[in-house]
Amino acid sequence: MDTTYRVQMEGIYKSYKGVHALTDVSFAVKPGEIHALVGENGAGKSTLMKVLSGAIAADKGSIKIDGVERNITSPRISRDLGISIIYQEFMLAPHLTVAENIYIDRLVGKNKLMINWKKLKKDSHDLLEKLGFSEIDPDEKVGNLSVAYQQVVEICKSLSRDARVLVLDEPSAVLTFTEIQKLFKLIRQLKEQGIAIVYISHRMDEIFDLCDTVTVLKDGHFVNEFRIDEIDKKSLIYQMVGRELSQLFPKRNAKIGETILKAEHLKAGRMVNDVSFNVHKGEVLGFSGLVGAGRTETMRSLFGADKLDSGSITYKGQKILFKDPHAAVRHGVGLLSEDRKQQGIVIERTIRENTTLTSLGKVSKFGIINHKKDKEFTRDILARLTTKYGDMEDSVSCLSGGNQQKVSLAKWLAADCEVIILDEPTRGVDVGAKAEIYKNINDLAEAGVAVIMVSSEMEEVINMCDRVVVMRQGKVVGELEKKDMNDKNIIGLSMGVM
Amino acid sequence: MKKATFFLKKYSTYIIFLVAVLICIAISPDFFTPTNIVNIGRQYAGLIIVSMGMLFVILTGGIDLSVGSIVALGSVITATCLVAGMSLGVAMMIALLCGILCGIITGVLVSYAKMAPFIASMAMMTMARGVAFVISNGSPIPTPEGSIIWLGTGAVGVIPTLVIIAVAVVVAFWFMQNYTSFGRIVIAIGSNETAVRLAGIRVKLYKTGVYVISGLCCALAGILLCSRTAIGSPVVGEGMELDAIAACVIGGASLSGGEGSAVKAVIGVLILALIGNIMNLLAVPSYPQDIIKGIIIVASVLLQTLTSSNKKEA
Repeated sequence: MDTTYRVQMEGIYKSYKGVHALTDVSFAVKPGEIHALVGENGAGKSTLMKVLSGAIAADKGSIKIDGVERNITSPRISRDLGISIIYQEFMLAPHLTVAENIYIDRLVGKNKLMINWKKLKKDSHDLLEKLGFSEIDPDEKVGNLSVAYQQVVEICKSLSRDARVLVLDEPSAVLTFTEIQKLFKLIRQLKEQGIAIVYISHRMDEIFDLCDTVTVLKDGHFVNEFRIDEIDKKSLIYQMVGRELSQLFPKRNAKIGETILKAEHLKAGRMVNDVSFNVHKGEVLGFSGLVGAGRTETMRSLFGADKLDSGSITYKGQKILFKDPHAAVRHGVGLLSEDRKQQGIVIERTIRENTTLTSLGKVSKFGIINHKKDKEFTRDILARLTTKYGDMEDSVSCLSGGNQQKVSLAKWLAADCEVIILDEPTRGVDVGAKAEIYKNINDLAEAGVAVIMVSSEMEEVINMCDRVVVMRQGKVVGELEKKDMNDKNIIGLSMGVM
Repeated sequence: MKKATFFLKKYSTYIIFLVAVLICIAISPDFFTPTNIVNIGRQYAGLIIVSMGMLFVILTGGIDLSVGSIVALGSVITATCLVAGMSLGVAMMIALLCGILCGIITGVLVSYAKMAPFIASMAMMTMARGVAFVISNGSPIPTPEGSIIWLGTGAVGVIPTLVIIAVAVVVAFWFMQNYTSFGRIVIAIGSNETAVRLAGIRVKLYKTGVYVISGLCCALAGILLCSRTAIGSPVVGEGMELDAIAACVIGGASLSGGEGSAVKAVIGVLILALIGNIMNLLAVPSYPQDIIKGIIIVASVLLQTLTSSNKKEA
């Protein structure tokens, strides 16, 4: 029996209603190894991890932990075996303190009646200190922490239960560059302690930077396992998508025209403090900065979603303030929200209803919807984005994250915007869908639309944008032209070291 | 098995209705007679119309407790106008405008003043009832002979006019829900208001709109109630809000919004109607009737939630 592996999953099968989510998948992680699990959305990564966590039961297959075959039938068994999964949506209670969250299932001590607050705080503090985050106060309410710190609390929660296998599902998606570096340091530290780490991510840079081994899944099948030094980015992408992705960032042939929108001295709340910028027709303007730099808030106040305290906007040569999103959309300004599920799509409603939500006027007459026209219109728009869907009458929740994002974007393509603001357009989207979204951004620019792209992904900003505005603490701290756009300059400006 | 569950979930309202009808036929020979059926129709036409308005409010995730009071207000205003010598058309118009006005007030409080629908409509509930009492001085107002009674007792063939009006209203709502952008947006608002607002849709306007429509429906129901008895009464429609909400919920509507159907809400009303009717025929006293009604509501909603949770686990 091979005991060098901490986790050994073999021949895992799982199907839902006749659809094979996993077919004969094998996956193994050694102690002290950082193992990347990659594949497009819907490749089966999450399903596989859910099987490991006991959240769902496999139809067939065996799971060995430290060489011993285990029957993981519930999340509790999985936890007792030391398996811990940190999902993209944290399982934290925002109104409870850090300490309470870490020990949420063991608040009551031996006497089964009272909480030993002193011990609770001390234990939490020790744990945080051990990880190098002693700045987090165990008494602070979790809701007041930054996303990065909340993630640290999640990791602490896992470690306090003696986790020996830690699965991180796209942990970097919500973090800024510096926060990611800190997270990596932490992950490497955990690796030193002999914890087996499964790292799920769409970001190639991170995988090559951090991981030792990579397993590729595609359409529920195991494709291959590589040591990271055996493979390069291009061939890994090839393994994932099954075809050569010649260009993740396709060439754009857009003519940059006149200024269409000019914002001056925008102020809104605490987060937007004197922001000025302009954007031209056919241009892709990037917005870079740390999370919390006020980029999203700037866009929301410009769009009329939040109150603008002061400042002026010149749109197509005229001074105008959008008092609500309706006014903005009516003038041809669209905003793709960063928070897809909460603000971008109506997840329980159908694909069709979501796609034409912004353009009902086009498919109806006197308020009466022409269903035939509506269907055709939806089909055309979704085809432009190469959205994969079964039936447009299915609810959007049936789609993978990438396709949900495409529906969300389709809504704005349908609205014929002249300025389109994309807030983190590729968050949680797989590499194939990313390329398609980039292509559509290029199409928009080529059609003369001004695209504003707020993005925390450095590679995306550098490759897609004609110009980038860098924000820090609610202010614009710099603007970089194409030739000056590089990691160093952008990060330097965002952190205020330049 | 899964198919059966799906079937049960989709058609549970109809199945309950069918079972109720069969039980009624089985236990009372008086039930399935033309007179009784026509009576049920006359009696419940008002509630059907009120439930339609309620459904749209519920679809946005709101609630309208003021419906019963606006029905009373509509009834009293119609009678008062007729007594003052106005023609039926003018009287109706004034009553309907009052209903719209009530709806505007509730809607503005909910959408623009950001008041909880429960509170805003509760305030409207007491205010409208109060106005009805003030106008009528607390006593029923008999209408002049022949002015309105023909509407309430009239029929086309065997079908009472009231039923025809109610059916027309239902068809209008069914059409609105399935074929207009208004209906689609109303449902979308109930599912995710933020996303709809950020899609550039004037959510406040639509949310006000549903209360206005509800007010209009209630005033219409008030007119019809007045026509049935030829009396404008400030006490009619008491507890009607609960019946209307019950009908929507039995018809599969979700009180958190985004889910519900006009046709099923009508079936919901009919289920309530059958229960009331059969117990009257069997001479069950009214207090036990309420107990049984409560049990039926719980049972039908339970059936829906059980079948839907089955679906999730599969």
